[in-house]
Amino acid sequence: MKVTEKDVNTVAVLSRLSFSPEEMTEYAEKFSAIIDYMDILQKADTADVPPTAHALPMQNVLREDVVRPSIDRELALLNAPEKEDGYFKVPKVLEE
Amino acid sequence: MKYEAVIGLEIHSELKTNTKIFCGCATSFGAEQNTHVCPVCLGLPGVLPVVNRRVVEFAIKAGLAMNCEINHFSKFDRKNYYYPDLPKNFQTSQFDLPICEHGYVDIDTVNGPKRIRITRIHMEEDAGKLVHSGSTIKDSDSSNVDYNRTGVPLIEIVSEPDMSSPEEARAYMEKVKSILEYVDVSNCRMEQGNLRADLNVSVRPVGETKLGTRTEMKNINSFKAVEDSLAYEIQRQIEVVEDGGTIRQETRTWDPNKGITLSMRSKEEAQDYRYMPEPDLVPIVTTDEEIEEYRKKLPELPDARRARLVEMGLTAYDAGVITASRAMAEYFDAVVEGGADAKLAANWIMGDLSKNLNAEGKTITESPVEAGRLAKMIALISKGTISSKIAKTVFAEMWNCPDEPEKIVEAKGLVQITDTGAIEAIVDEVIANNEKAVADYKGGNKKAIGALVGQVMKASKGKANPGMVNQLLAKKLG
Amino acid sequence: MKLYAKTAHELHDMLVAKEISAAELTESVLAQQAATEEKVGAYITTLADEAMAQAKAVDEKIAAGEKIGFLAGIPGAIKDNICTKGIKTTCASKMLENFVAPYDATVMTKLAAENPVVVGKTNMDEFAMGGSTENSAMKITHNPRNLDCVPGGSSGGSAAAVAAGSAIWALGSDTGGSIRQPASFCGVVGLKPTYGRVSRYGLVAFASSLDQIGPLTRDVTDAANIMNVISGHDMMDSTSSPAEVPDFTKALTGDVKGLKIGLPKEYFGAGIAPEVASSVKAAIEQLTKLGAEVTEISLPHTEYAVSTYYLIAPAEAATNLARYDGVSFGARVEGADIVEMMTNTRTQKFGPEVKRRIMIGNYALSAGYYDAYYLKALKVRTLIQRDFTEAFKSVDVIACPTAPTPAYKIGSMVSDPLAMYMMDISTVPLNLAGLPGISLPCGVAADGLPIGLQLMGKPLDEMTVLRAAYAYEQTQDYHKTLVPEGGAE
Repeated sequence: MKVTEKDVNTVAVLSRLSFSPEEMTEYAEKFSAIIDYMDILQKADTADVPPTAHALPMQNVLREDVVRPSIDRELALLNAPEKEDGYFKVPKVLEE
Repeated sequence: MKYEAVIGLEIHSELKTNTKIFCGCATSFGAEQNTHVCPVCLGLPGVLPVVNRRVVEFAIKAGLAMNCEINHFSKFDRKNYYYPDLPKNFQTSQFDLPICEHGYVDIDTVNGPKRIRITRIHMEEDAGKLVHSGSTIKDSDSSNVDYNRTGVPLIEIVSEPDMSSPEEARAYMEKVKSILEYVDVSNCRMEQGNLRADLNVSVRPVGETKLGTRTEMKNINSFKAVEDSLAYEIQRQIEVVEDGGTIRQETRTWDPNKGITLSMRSKEEAQDYRYMPEPDLVPIVTTDEEIEEYRKKLPELPDARRARLVEMGLTAYDAGVITASRAMAEYFDAVVEGGADAKLAANWIMGDLSKNLNAEGKTITESPVEAGRLAKMIALISKGTISSKIAKTVFAEMWNCPDEPEKIVEAKGLVQITDTGAIEAIVDEVIANNEKAVADYKGGNKKAIGALVGQVMKASKGKANPGMVNQLLAKKLG
Repeated sequence: MKLYAKTAHELHDMLVAKEISAAELTESVLAQQAATEEKVGAYITTLADEAMAQAKAVDEKIAAGEKIGFLAGIPGAIKDNICTKGIKTTCASKMLENFVAPYDATVMTKLAAENPVVVGKTNMDEFAMGGSTENSAMKITHNPRNLDCVPGGSSGGSAAAVAAGSAIWALGSDTGGSIRQPASFCGVVGLKPTYGRVSRYGLVAFASSLDQIGPLTRDVTDAANIMNVISGHDMMDSTSSPAEVPDFTKALTGDVKGLKIGLPKEYFGAGIAPEVASSVKAAIEQLTKLGAEVTEISLPHTEYAVSTYYLIAPAEAATNLARYDGVSFGARVEGADIVEMMTNTRTQKFGPEVKRRIMIGNYALSAGYYDAYYLKALKVRTLIQRDFTEAFKSVDVIACPTAPTPAYKIGSMVSDPLAMYMMDISTVPLNLAGLPGISLPCGVAADGLPIGLQLMGKPLDEMTVLRAAYAYEQTQDYHKTLVPEGGAE
């Protein structure tokens, strides 16, 4: 399938990435080649084949509802790019 | 043209577990910012979630109480979107195989009972909280993030668009709240955000079967706001349509101060959640036997309890009010079990008790008058030891001290006067001192007797048996 | 032989016999690290002082007559995507350049009980995405066997360290071959355990349903011993297997009589370098001489494996890496508002290959393409798993080359990502199926570069894989040829 620059742009927004116009063109090209290669899968007969999301079949792994100590706030904020009064600080948030 | 509204709700309810859904951090409300966090709920590199067993139990209980089918095979999925209150930038939720599906609850409407279908109930994690530097999000240059709430377990209850008025939406949400309290899976403290709803609403001409374009209002957390915001939004949509305009599919915010809904800045990007199976969690498998075990353990639910109260002689309305909250229903049962007449018990609970509780901002479980003492007091009324009027004094006294009602009645000399001779003496005196009223009565104004009864009661300090007073007065005045 | 050139089990015996001290051993390894690091570049973080302190503590234990664990006092290296409390974990990314985890990965906790000596954290492809370690944002790692060549990847630093003598053992992670392929390129042993055998808690996720931690060592015996240390169920990892953990050293018998080995015809086709094919066939010949029975088998969906892998892994990666947004940890590049800040951070702090895979992943997951790509890949994954289930009905172990060629020249492949992806043909099926596999040296190409033999086993049957590997290893001495003193010439 041909991947257009518009597709690349849409996916870039979904990925929170930005590309220059030149990068965009190059991406669309390499992307197309990779996606073309992926198209080999369309050949595989998967009628009635269930999807596999996990490598091994497991179920019902559950934990008891028992409180475990949280970490110190200092440690929680250790890697914060910016902090204020025990909070993580972020720039202006536009409404969702 | 006449229009009708089509309303569906997505209700989010925080579950009352000790710990978060995927880690052992405490869920308690009101802790200092970023103190109930660990690498897992902070979404640090390398961490993995493990499901809290109780979350699954609670979701199944809620589902059964709302007449859902429990899926034998259920799984978690990642819902991808970016927001700073979501540390992983995906919410672990459930997509195509939720834990519960195809349920319903019944509500009362002006047109009689109505069934509201529930599409699904799924488990997911709550997000953190943003604190804005300015007065609103729009005029803030920065925000602060608190992740204490991140990972608190939620169930999302999604209804079909089966409601057609703000009142029905409110009744539905009240019913859901009531059921959640009965099965004891959520604190349902709406002011703390334990229970909040996203409202979807559209309008169409009556008779039209196609749905109109809907708008959504998110995170509504009071019954009043549910009703008010829907009423406003329905009217707004009708006006737009009548003016020849079109409704835009969008999310709108509810401004409770101005009483209006507002369009939010529309996003350039279309939302695409890119759901995918959560590879870090394994499926939840539930057997028929396990589901039956849960079903057996369900408590009596609001509808059944209400029917039982009606059988006890309560009106449907009173039974509905009392059973809306499990705590009130249990208090009622305890009062009746303590020997009180059911109807009197209902009157006292809905009357003086509720009034006092509201005035002091207390819940019924915090009532200073325990069910046992109220039962004894009501028994004193039934026996004729005190009048209903005196009972109000006794109740007020009980509210402020732990004494038994009998003791209060005795200490204050509040026993009802039922001695005919004693009452007669007062009646005679009142007749003698109220010539005008007596004359009015005799002249045909039968209402004048009320003033005389009042005088007798006053003279007896309220202790005279009002029935006997009435009788004696009528006899003496001929 | 210098101490740094020996195996862990030899050194363990010497420590127990008090022939050497842990301090003396650690000094030897640290000296070799200092001597080779400039040329090889295996490490992102070196921990000489901490290592010496750990070594001295072990010597005190030995002096006090305490019993010591297998890895006690033996210097090893940890791939830099395994979280180490108080020590930087960078994933070779600008995004995590200064990230210090406030917790230890479960494997680190398990290792700590053994009192090993950790001499550093090793270089890798950024977030484990790559097969040459050239995608590291930190440095280039050179293959100690030939400094012009790549060490493989993504655990290239771990493989190079073990091959260069700057660590006796190392931990790596394997999502699509990232332990086995660098082991093959550097001439060491690399084991990818069954998915779920080793806890992933604390392993920075690339593709959650494929990732697995495993050892890189000088020989099969060391691999078995380290597996004994790091395996086992973990409450912190829902996908970790509750299966009982055997004593893996019990597999080291040398006996392969009657062992059924399958040769998948799809793995010996076009694209396999002739010297690789001949070395692997010679190794299998050795195993038949020891009494193993060899049959040709078919894994018919192999042709889909690379496509399947390069849809599933990037899709999982796209969501796993969404958290790197400059909000609560890691790098931040300022922006006027939150969206701009996140976008600037991700655009400037992720390298090109990471961005490419995030893009592929989000493309495959996005509305309109989900069914055709991501969901289709999950279904084909089922077919690939079924191939193995079917094959393992008639064989005990499957043998094939680890990589189609020996290590290639640094820079020779970077411009063609698709060609690089196709090099993973013989390693990715194992991850898709969740099976255990090992790579061990089985020959040397004309230019002196090692060739790796891959052996794959049934779910949770690392024992049979180790048994076959050990038996073969006893017949040759490729694993004993270490880099000359002072590093590669």
